[in-house]
Amino acid sequence: MRSYFRPHTGTKYDLNVSRRDERARLIPEVSSLPPFQALIDEYATDVMAVLRGAVGRGGAEDCFQETFLAALRAYPKLKDGRNLRGWLITIAHRKAIDHHRANGRAPLPVAELPEVAVTDPEPGGDVWAAVGALPPKQRAAVTLRFASDLPHAEIAAALGCSPEAARRSLHEGIKRLRKEIA
Amino acid sequence: MKASLQRLAERASEEGLLDVAYTTTDSPFGPLLLAKTRRGLVRVGLPNQDTGELLADLAGRVSPRVLEAPAELDEARRELDLYFAGKLDRFDLPLDWQLSQGFRLRVLRAIARIPYGQTRTYTEMATKAGNERAVRAAGSACGSNPIPLVVPCHRVLRTSGALGGYGGGLPMKEALLELETEQNLVSR
Repeated sequence: MRSYFRPHTGTKYDLNVSRRDERARLIPEVSSLPPFQALIDEYATDVMAVLRGAVGRGGAEDCFQETFLAALRAYPKLKDGRNLRGWLITIAHRKAIDHHRANGRAPLPVAELPEVAVTDPEPGGDVWAAVGALPPKQRAAVTLRFASDLPHAEIAAALGCSPEAARRSLHEGIKRLRKEIA
Repeated sequence: MKASLQRLAERASEEGLLDVAYTTTDSPFGPLLLAKTRRGLVRVGLPNQDTGELLADLAGRVSPRVLEAPAELDEARRELDLYFAGKLDRFDLPLDWQLSQGFRLRVLRAIARIPYGQTRTYTEMATKAGNERAVRAAGSACGSNPIPLVVPCHRVLRTSGALGGYGGGLPMKEALLELETEQNLVSR
């Protein structure tokens, strides 16, 4: 099967724009998106790895299903097919946050409480709500950094921007969160 | 990962998100691509056709929600296996005709009614489709057949008896006609 993705960069569904416009005139209503299966073949492993990092092995499978079902639901209406990997990983992070929220509401029972003095103030339950209220780029950068523990370079790859821009989005996001929560 | 992907295809189907299900299956001529929508079989790719291109075409013309889901095509695969073994002379599969329109669609619908083991000419098909002079167009309709084998365009020949053309190559057309003739002799 033909690969829709350049090797190594792994992020681009490349279509010469002017040629696409030309074709669009000849055959209206033609989607430029690759068959969804091509995304699965190319990125399922990456998405699973990100989710294992974000929610652990136990939750990863459920999040994986939710991620790809959500992606499949939205796919035909997707306007920009250029950074499909970043798009999938952003959805995966949203599902990871949902998972953490659900787990926060239903904490696992433990036999014994560890006797550790808590000195740091507990973040309020609405931290993730505040994260959810951030502008999209900042929100994605913050969740990629803190829910999934990704380094700046990978956040940049997922968002399809430069590492500097990723760092800036993250910084702005954190600044705003501090203000919101304080 | 394999189990995860299988579950994903099942859930996509349950939630109505599987617009085009496909699989590949072996045949005596090489691998075939089978693709269906909720309405029925929409595309059969012959061994000499590029699977990636066929899938890209389906993504563009039907829906980009294209998933590999072999279980969805169990019945089509079963009937084709029987057909190649000479044990099935009539496909009973729902078809989705959406890839063909107008005159071409009328030609293909007429072809779908040619009985097993028999042949017709391009001229007869043009006539059936309502324009006896459009013989060339009837020929190109055969060539554009998105559902070969099941819509048996291999049963259409030139008036002279010459084979004409075939998307899967003339040796395949010849072999299919031979298979059907042999079976015909055995069963009658």
